[in-house]
Amino acid sequence: MKHMTEEELIAYREGVAEQRAVISGHLAVCAECRGELARIEAVLAALDTLPVPDPGADYGRQVWREIAPRLAQKPGRWWQVWMEPRRLTAAGVMVALIVAAFVAGRITKPGKTSDNIANQEQVRERVLVVAIGEHLGHSERMLVELSNAEPSDPAQKQVNIAAEQRRAEDLLQENRLYRQTALQEGDAGLASVLDELERVLLDVAHSPEEVTPAQLEAIQKKIEGRGILFKVRVVNKELQQRQEAREPEPAQNDSTKRERNKV
Amino acid sequence: MQQSVESTQAIAESDAIAVERTLAGDREAYRVLVERHSHNVFRLAYRMTGNRHDAEEVVQEAFLRGYQKLGQFAARSNFGTWVYRIAANYAIDRMRQRQKEEARREAPRADDQDGMENDPLNRIPDGAPTPERLTQSIELRKQMEQALAALSDAERTAFVMRHWEGCGIEEIAGVLKSSSNATKNTVFRAVQKLRRALQPVVETRAQARAMGTES
Repeated sequence: MKHMTEEELIAYREGVAEQRAVISGHLAVCAECRGELARIEAVLAALDTLPVPDPGADYGRQVWREIAPRLAQKPGRWWQVWMEPRRLTAAGVMVALIVAAFVAGRITKPGKTSDNIANQEQVRERVLVVAIGEHLGHSERMLVELSNAEPSDPAQKQVNIAAEQRRAEDLLQENRLYRQTALQEGDAGLASVLDELERVLLDVAHSPEEVTPAQLEAIQKKIEGRGILFKVRVVNKELQQRQEAREPEPAQNDSTKRERNKV
Repeated sequence: MQQSVESTQAIAESDAIAVERTLAGDREAYRVLVERHSHNVFRLAYRMTGNRHDAEEVVQEAFLRGYQKLGQFAARSNFGTWVYRIAANYAIDRMRQRQKEEARREAPRADDQDGMENDPLNRIPDGAPTPERLTQSIELRKQMEQALAALSDAERTAFVMRHWEGCGIEEIAGVLKSSSNATKNTVFRAVQKLRRALQPVVETRAQARAMGTES
């Protein structure tokens, strides 16, 4: 008799088996497979005893209290989402990359496929380097302002950081896009710094609009503790150097230059 | 996620009204949704992240994101399922973030050169536990938590959503951004790994219980 595989038995137990009736029929007559299924079930039954802490009857209200101050007045309609500045910026970068790739394709000499690809890559990377450089610059300025923020009067009980918070929200979306792009491009170092920056931006974006001096100090310490400003500066500098290293561009033949002038 | 058909339908209808009112500018209507679904989302988040602090963060972030994206929510969908998916996605991000943080904290070790540590099963402590330890339920619990923690993010997500939350394969596939077949395979791999890690402990415990040696 052909027995059921472990995969079939697990799929049967978890309710995702395609031939459920066939497996059921087999189990009815095969003690060996029933034993195997019982062993799988014993493990799953043990796992079912793992407790989940009870967050308390009041938990829903507690969640609401936490998030209510952070909700905008009105949730966005789907089309409004695409009109947000951060989405427009991200879309702008994408359009720039597509245009850059198109232009690179037009200005390179046909026939030399590897040169074409290399050229397209260079243009694409240059656009990306400029965009990420700008993003890092904006992030750095926001973090510096936040790090230097302090109550204007020592007796002041609340400090308004709404402006920084909104900027952090905008930067957060861009940051995600650039981090994913850096990962796709295989630039692990850049992706890692953008990942760290994302966490700081997330903290700031989710802070209340008005914080106590103690809360502000905690945010500032977090920024300082992670050394994110230093890392952002170093990466930005590296990007600038990378850009400068590519200029002046490699020697081109006259025909390519003529083509580029036409464009 | 495991409710009677009637109550699920009634909640879905009431949710749809609350969504419409929220979109019309009534913020209090969103409060109803938050209070109604927080417990379920917390349970999912806790099982995925394995700790209360992260689970609470996931719940808050899921409802915040849900509010921001409410305009994209299709009226015919189920709000509970939708916010569940947002929470699962964020929990995956959170778990990855945690792993990176932990990886950065741990200094690279010389014995990490043989490539074996890439297999999550190898992260489970080796060696059969002593009978004394096995008699303690807390030990089994620790082993189970370790076995769950040793699963990949996708495996843990698939297992939690399928086994504990009873989610459909298509729904899980949506969260994992994967095909149905690949998702079924992920569920299988998760159970297989849990079985490899836990079956010896579970069987020893069952034997101890049968002999009446367990406290």
